[in-house]
Amino acid sequence: MTDRGTQRAAGPYCGLCGKPANGETHDGGGLPPSDTHLKCARLLMLEPPRFCVACGRRQKVQVSPQGWWASCSRHGMTVSG
Amino acid sequence: MNHPILETARQQVLEQGIGLTEAQLVDVLRLPDDALPAALELAHQVRLRHCGEDVEVEGIISIKTGGCPEDCHFCSQSGVFDSPVRGVWLDIPELVKAAKETAATGATEFCIVAAVRGPDIKLLNQVRFAIGRIREEVDINIACSLGMLTRQQVDQLASWGVHRYNHNLETARSYFPQVVTTHTYEERLETCAMVKDAGMELCCGALIGMGETLEQRAELAAQLAALEPHEVPLNFLNPRPGTPLGHQDVMDGKDALRAIAAFRLAMPRTVLRYAGGRELTLGDLGTREGLLGGINAVIVGNYLTTLGRPADADLNLLVDLNMPIKELQRTL
Repeated sequence: MTDRGTQRAAGPYCGLCGKPANGETHDGGGLPPSDTHLKCARLLMLEPPRFCVACGRRQKVQVSPQGWWASCSRHGMTVSG
Repeated sequence: MNHPILETARQQVLEQGIGLTEAQLVDVLRLPDDALPAALELAHQVRLRHCGEDVEVEGIISIKTGGCPEDCHFCSQSGVFDSPVRGVWLDIPELVKAAKETAATGATEFCIVAAVRGPDIKLLNQVRFAIGRIREEVDINIACSLGMLTRQQVDQLASWGVHRYNHNLETARSYFPQVVTTHTYEERLETCAMVKDAGMELCCGALIGMGETLEQRAELAAQLAALEPHEVPLNFLNPRPGTPLGHQDVMDGKDALRAIAAFRLAMPRTVLRYAGGRELTLGDLGTREGLLGGINAVIVGNYLTTLGRPADADLNLLVDLNMPIKELQRTL
């Protein structure tokens, strides 16, 4: 469905760390979009998304030499492009 | 080149094919930055003379991810730590598909890896079935990495046509207890010895940048050299979230290149493979420098839980460097 790097920023949650991507922290704080997620975006060039960008749940992930898939129990499977 | 250790290495390693000693390797690892190009050039000459110009390409895949009972402090697949990696079993059709894709890159090696202390009957049966299916459909050598083995398991894998077995030392004996507490260095050595006894090629790797000293890095290279493995995959720590080494700094790129040169000068005839962490530690330029500094094998594409450079990037680099990919040779 998607390719390296593009789907990971598409949802309300960060695919790398699973925290809200809109700048809110888990405790409801109102930090602005942080350097943390900029770093996450860079790291996602070398990582599959461990967290669902739609809900922040931890995903099952399988990496293969030429790609990866990630499966969220609620939102289904995402496959690298 | 006028640094004494490099003059020594030229005579001893390049001319005579005798690897440097642990003490000599410390000198290589301590070379100043301005001596690094000469060290890499010498390591490249050693590789060309004693290994040839071919580059061996391999793909790796995890058949069983996560949930490992061991506590290797660098590993996101340990069930002991709070890592985001969830347990997954790969089915056979996916495994065969990955082997086909790997072979299509020109790779001659396909390594099936499991995150386990050692294989149980369920895993061994899955591996046996996978090997059979891959051999029916794909022309590629099959390697395995399934943790610590018994003698019976070693013999089984050999009889199924596994031509190479990976079991890493990871770090120096003196640093090992800082990295792993659930098994011993000696247990790792026992599996390595049994693999060689059974006639399989031993792939025994290193993971550097875990906080070891330069002396311990030299110790590791010397201990690997003493094992005389067919292949040494050289990994650079990619700090994994949730692991005890998750906050370790990524190692300096020049230190990584010094290590590449040192490992080549320790093991002039061994396949020295770029493995995990090189993208983070060395980037594109460093990858090129390493291939011109003693490396003669690569893992193509992704790793077990992280992504690598696109396969085309590495394959195009080999073309640019005029380095042919090693062709498939039946060894068993």
